[in-house]
Amino acid sequence: MFSPYSESSMTRRLFLVLLALLSDRLVNAADRLSFNRDIRPILSDACFQCHGPDDKQRKAGLRLDEKESALKPAESGAAAISPGNVETSELIKRLISDDDNLRMPPQGSGKTISPKQIELIKQWITEGAEYQGHWAFIPPVRPELPKVASAKPETLNPIDVFIRSRLEREGIAHAPEADKTTLIRRVSLDLTGLPPTPGEVDDFLKDRSPYAYEQVVDRLLKSPRYGERMAQQWLDFARYADSNGFQVDSSRYQWPWRDWVINAFNDNLPFDQFTIEQLAGDLLPNATRAQIVATGFNRNHRLNGEGGIIAEEWRVETVIDRVETTGMTWLGLTLNCCRCHDHKYDPITQRDFYQLFAFFNNVPESGTLQGESKNTDPVVAVPSDEQALLIAKLDREIKMAETRIADETKKLPEYIAAWEPSFKAKLADNRGTVWSPLQPTEVKSEAGATLTKLADGTYLASGENPAHDTYTIVARLPAGSFTGLLLECFPDESLPNKSLGRYPNGNFVLSRVEADVTTPGLAESLKAKFVKAEATYSQKGWEIGLVLDDVPSNGWAVDGPSRREATSAMFLIDGTMTVPENATITVRLKHDALGQHNIGRFRLSFTSLPPSTVKLDGAKFPEALKTILELAAKDRSAAQNAELETFFKANVDSPLKQADVALANLKKQQASVIASVPNVMVMQEGPLREGFVLIRGEYDKRGDKVIANLPSVFSSRPPDKPLNRLDLARWIVDPSNPLTGRVWMNRLWEKFFGTGLVKTSENLGSQSEFPSHPELLDWLAVEFTQGAKPWDMKSIQKLIVMSATYRQSSHRVRGGENSDPENRLLAYGPRFRLSAEMLRDQALFASGLLVEKLGGPSVRPYMPDGVWDETSRYGDLRGYKHDINEGLYRRTMYTIWKRTAAPPSMLLFDAPNREICTVKRSRTNTPLQALTLLNEVTYVEAARKLAERMLLEGGASPKDRLSLGFRWATSRRPTESELAVLTEGLNQDFSHMKTHPELAKQIVSNGESKANLSFDADELAAYALTANVLLNLDEVVTRE
Amino acid sequence: MIQDELNRRLFLRNSSLSVGTAALATLLASPGRANEVTPTGHVALPGFPNFTPKAKRIIYLFQSGAPSQMDLFDPKPMLESRRGENLPESIRQGQRLTTMTSGQANFPVAPTIFKFAQHGQSGMWMSELLPNMASIADEFCMIRTVKTEAINHDPAITFSQTGSQLAGRPSIGSWLSYGLGSENQDLPAYVVLTSFGSGRPDDQPLYDRLWGAGFLPSKHQGVKFRNKGDAVLYLSNPPGIDSVSRRGTLDRIAALNRQHYDQVGDPEIQTRIAQYEMAFRMQTSVPELLNVSNEPQSVLDMYGPDVKRPGSYAANCLLARRLAERDVRFVQLFHMGWDHHGGLPAAIRGQCRDTDQATAALIKDLKQRDLLKDTLIIWGGEFGRTIYSQGGITATDYGRDHHPRCYTMLLAGAGVKAGTTYGETDDYCYNTVRDPVHVHDLNATILHLLGIEHTKLTYRYQGRDFRLTDIHGEVIKGLLV
Repeated sequence: MFSPYSESSMTRRLFLVLLALLSDRLVNAADRLSFNRDIRPILSDACFQCHGPDDKQRKAGLRLDEKESALKPAESGAAAISPGNVETSELIKRLISDDDNLRMPPQGSGKTISPKQIELIKQWITEGAEYQGHWAFIPPVRPELPKVASAKPETLNPIDVFIRSRLEREGIAHAPEADKTTLIRRVSLDLTGLPPTPGEVDDFLKDRSPYAYEQVVDRLLKSPRYGERMAQQWLDFARYADSNGFQVDSSRYQWPWRDWVINAFNDNLPFDQFTIEQLAGDLLPNATRAQIVATGFNRNHRLNGEGGIIAEEWRVETVIDRVETTGMTWLGLTLNCCRCHDHKYDPITQRDFYQLFAFFNNVPESGTLQGESKNTDPVVAVPSDEQALLIAKLDREIKMAETRIADETKKLPEYIAAWEPSFKAKLADNRGTVWSPLQPTEVKSEAGATLTKLADGTYLASGENPAHDTYTIVARLPAGSFTGLLLECFPDESLPNKSLGRYPNGNFVLSRVEADVTTPGLAESLKAKFVKAEATYSQKGWEIGLVLDDVPSNGWAVDGPSRREATSAMFLIDGTMTVPENATITVRLKHDALGQHNIGRFRLSFTSLPPSTVKLDGAKFPEALKTILELAAKDRSAAQNAELETFFKANVDSPLKQADVALANLKKQQASVIASVPNVMVMQEGPLREGFVLIRGEYDKRGDKVIANLPSVFSSRPPDKPLNRLDLARWIVDPSNPLTGRVWMNRLWEKFFGTGLVKTSENLGSQSEFPSHPELLDWLAVEFTQGAKPWDMKSIQKLIVMSATYRQSSHRVRGGENSDPENRLLAYGPRFRLSAEMLRDQALFASGLLVEKLGGPSVRPYMPDGVWDETSRYGDLRGYKHDINEGLYRRTMYTIWKRTAAPPSMLLFDAPNREICTVKRSRTNTPLQALTLLNEVTYVEAARKLAERMLLEGGASPKDRLSLGFRWATSRRPTESELAVLTEGLNQDFSHMKTHPELAKQIVSNGESKANLSFDADELAAYALTANVLLNLDEVVTRE
Repeated sequence: MIQDELNRRLFLRNSSLSVGTAALATLLASPGRANEVTPTGHVALPGFPNFTPKAKRIIYLFQSGAPSQMDLFDPKPMLESRRGENLPESIRQGQRLTTMTSGQANFPVAPTIFKFAQHGQSGMWMSELLPNMASIADEFCMIRTVKTEAINHDPAITFSQTGSQLAGRPSIGSWLSYGLGSENQDLPAYVVLTSFGSGRPDDQPLYDRLWGAGFLPSKHQGVKFRNKGDAVLYLSNPPGIDSVSRRGTLDRIAALNRQHYDQVGDPEIQTRIAQYEMAFRMQTSVPELLNVSNEPQSVLDMYGPDVKRPGSYAANCLLARRLAERDVRFVQLFHMGWDHHGGLPAAIRGQCRDTDQATAALIKDLKQRDLLKDTLIIWGGEFGRTIYSQGGITATDYGRDHHPRCYTMLLAGAGVKAGTTYGETDDYCYNTVRDPVHVHDLNATILHLLGIEHTKLTYRYQGRDFRLTDIHGEVIKGLLV
């Protein structure tokens, strides 16, 4: 995005040119050509679009990807390829024809083929035109170890045998082993995502044993940080985030799944099991809760909750997302082309795609979001140990409370006898109707709507319809008691859709009702605490009870678009409020949940009867009960006694009532614990949905019916029983699957060497690059899937990091540039920039700020103001406030992730936005990254804490202190000339700070952590500036 | 980085240049490059632009939420007599609706209540809501028949900006950054400016992906200037670090990095040294860009009173001109608040007040600086709106649901056939009668104006060559001079 970007450095530009000039790949001319390595990529690029697997696009009936078709006469009568005979091969004639109308690829197709490539095709035909299936679709066979002249194969790690023998053939020397400091820093960053401490470096340097390095590796693989490091990349694959994406992008809670992943890596769950549990853990016999949680993998997709969407359209998108993500993550295949048509390059048909679709099609889900701030079904609860204990304890207490109620019930007749006289007297006082209309002295809209009183005492809103209005109603309240409010809402011709609400569709959402009573004599108003609410009608998901909570984003709605009937709701307090003389009641009706969803026309009434006797329809005190009370106790029938007891129990304070309340409280407490138990969205098999080929991939254009099945290229036999997701998962990790092992080994290679053995690690289909070391990739895949420790993730990584290839120096070896400018043959070790997460983690680690704690809900570190709010007023993820304590300093993978406005400092360092599965990040080098590392508060605060560390732990001399800081940043000791630069800089900064003490004070106050006041601010600031230099060094942001 | 190189290499392989000498010539022909020690130049792909471009830069004035075409640009006077009548089934043809109105029993025709008149030499129709834009009607090429595929905001705006309804593809500006490189040494090639509208309190949100780089290297993503705090993230020195300290810091970083380069020999280190210097230059160039205090009062007056309020559409239009002057390739404004399902007449007045004067001012201002001739201006939203009213209709009030089948967009500036009204919709502004322009066609045409053959600007990802226009898109010659 800025001018001086790196990829066009002169050197790189030259590489590029040389590559183009020399040849398209590293082919040794003396070798016999291989179809897969040398020919298929050329044909795939230039020819397969029209002469490949897609039969709808096929021209002239010719397929060049299959031997039979290429060798038999095409529609023109000529055979494209005559093995051994270039002259009679129509393919060559057409490639070199002078006639623009005959020459292939056709003009205007955008495809070309170079003379060098034509020569290769000719050579291949001359050699007999031997075809091979696409290499990655052929199950790998463990290859023989090649010969190495310089060493006996048995003294080398098998990886090194493959690498060295290739280098020898090319006549390129390999680099020596990296120095020990570089090595421990490299392997620590690679395996745990964090650098070593200076102490760990010293221990390693001191340890002269031949096993020293191996012991470091073993220690790192056992560290819980290993699981975090591994999980980081998996989160990109799994499109994991804390929000639902799309328009609303509200919050969700998938972190229990994320923690499952970390634990699975740390427990070294074998990769086959790791796969099966995430894809189909719910279908395992006697599935454990953890195995069900694992299936959250395929619920991490986005969910659209935009108003007006067609649910089925988005459910289909969700299922397609699962197919694509699964295909990309495990098989390295890009299946998304097949959503609309047969694959143009790979032998995967559209029908195959929808057969895979059918595996993921049976989740009981609607396709849309279920609500804000919550997960969408199906979910599984994941209580912590404490929560599980608390729930059990409350269970016991509930049992005890029930016993007490039984005891008190026996005493009921005495309680009633004692109460009756006083109640009769009170009843005489309280005649009349239940609901008395309020006579407001003032009714106003806080946000500027007009509220007009109509003849029937209702108020009608008109004029402006503000985003979130509050109606305030003030009225006199007669002395006596107050127990509740009645809100009646009416339709009106003037309202949108002639309905009840002011939103364009006629709906409203009442988020809260508040009432307080004041009198001139009271210092503080009496707040009515409403505990019960009932309505004549509530919209699903917008129940009346939601008005009672403190959550502004929910509330009561009435299906205004489809229902236009008068609707009432009552709100009752717990017990009775005593109203003094000259009282005024102020009622506030709030509409904070959704914009412009304000009530259109309403009337308010109040009641003073005991809450339990009050009914929404205003029914009076039951006449039958009055009759009973008028009888003498001895004259009452059993039924009458029972009725009286029921009334007494519900309404009168007594030891029995207290016992009832105690039980209710316990149950409420338990319910709230249960409600606070986190849950996680998981896969579930609901009733079978019929599967169809969707024409052009459109949700409502159904073609042929399909059932779940594997792609025909991998399995020609029809299943003997219906297949389900578990079968799919098992097939993915079946040793006969040609892709899974290679894909995962290639990803690991990419992790440790910066580039995969197949560079296009996102795609191993026929458009992929041919592997730089095909035999090595196959050897690794076989070793991983069928070796001594099948699917053992830690073992295979240990094998890689123990290799001499991994351990060699990353200093450039002169001489290889011309034939291998990209260092694909690994004559020396690669260097590459750390990931966004590792950069921040490293700074926190070096400064001592890092808080290491595994898992848990996501945290909110520093983020510039407005990132969430500048482009959205939707959803609950707005108004970001950073945490104040440990949440600022946790590992970066725990940072809360809103997909439509992801953490900006992460995006600047090439993190994807997690909207879709991403298996590879770009690796750029930009000025905005420089600004981040220089100025972002995390790094500035880390610099100042690293400065404290230098002063506290670095000894007395500036040189020693600078050396310590340098070691925390780079792991190594500085050279004399480096120390000279740092020392001179420190002196300059120090004198500048002394003359500008106000600047020094500001520097040592950046960030939330407290500065160590025992240091002189000028000195501390000068060291902080030096630490800022250290944390920005190329060597620090790079893994060497 | 590596992926980028791979793609550039593939590009050479696929491009019509014969691989080898021609590529070498292209790369070495630019004067001065051969002697450079440190990398500069976020350069164009070899062979790009493919032909002489008409436009050097774009200012895309995106009106998010979808402005109502029949209230602004596409008058249907005959509908006055059909007010409140049901939309005929022969017009609706069973096309899908959003679930916001699909349950409505009736689809009452709601003719606009705003007056239309013809303007300029060309006699272009515009409504009374846009007096300033109407006063320069002859600068515009009006397309009345733009067509999209989505009916909900998120997929539609994503489609308009990336050529796909689903997340993951690069935005137009990213494609241009990748294909054409940067013309400027001190500023991003692709800048995004956003503003909230006054027309509707709950504006449709925007998403990072709308200026994201998708699968292109992330350096091609748009830089969204923020409306508060640092305009460019982390631009300012932290509290207590002044320019003296900062210069010292950068000198030491460079000195130490150079020492390390001598040991390691990785050219990436030199790139990093250059990027730190560029960062330092940006700390001057961006504030200088944003400082409008030296703009004459007459210019400020032209953009209207809002221009003084940072983050307003007017302020962003002025900033767009300043970015254009500095040869920033692609400036994208997003103005929110056009989603008028109900209470449209009041809300659209607010939106037009926000945007009409500043839009016209921007075009006039560019013209008086002789920049309009090589700047392409685009004005429009993600879809149109329905002729029928969502919810009830009164003499003065109505609302409109989403309508993807035909809507109006405006072009102006470089290479555009000004004073033309292109395409025709039916009597209900519901279907296209003549000259449809699909979003892919529009994007192909935009690329064409920048000298790019849209089928040639491709990127190899997942084994496939992707492009902005997918496998579609035709340059619409009728829009071009």
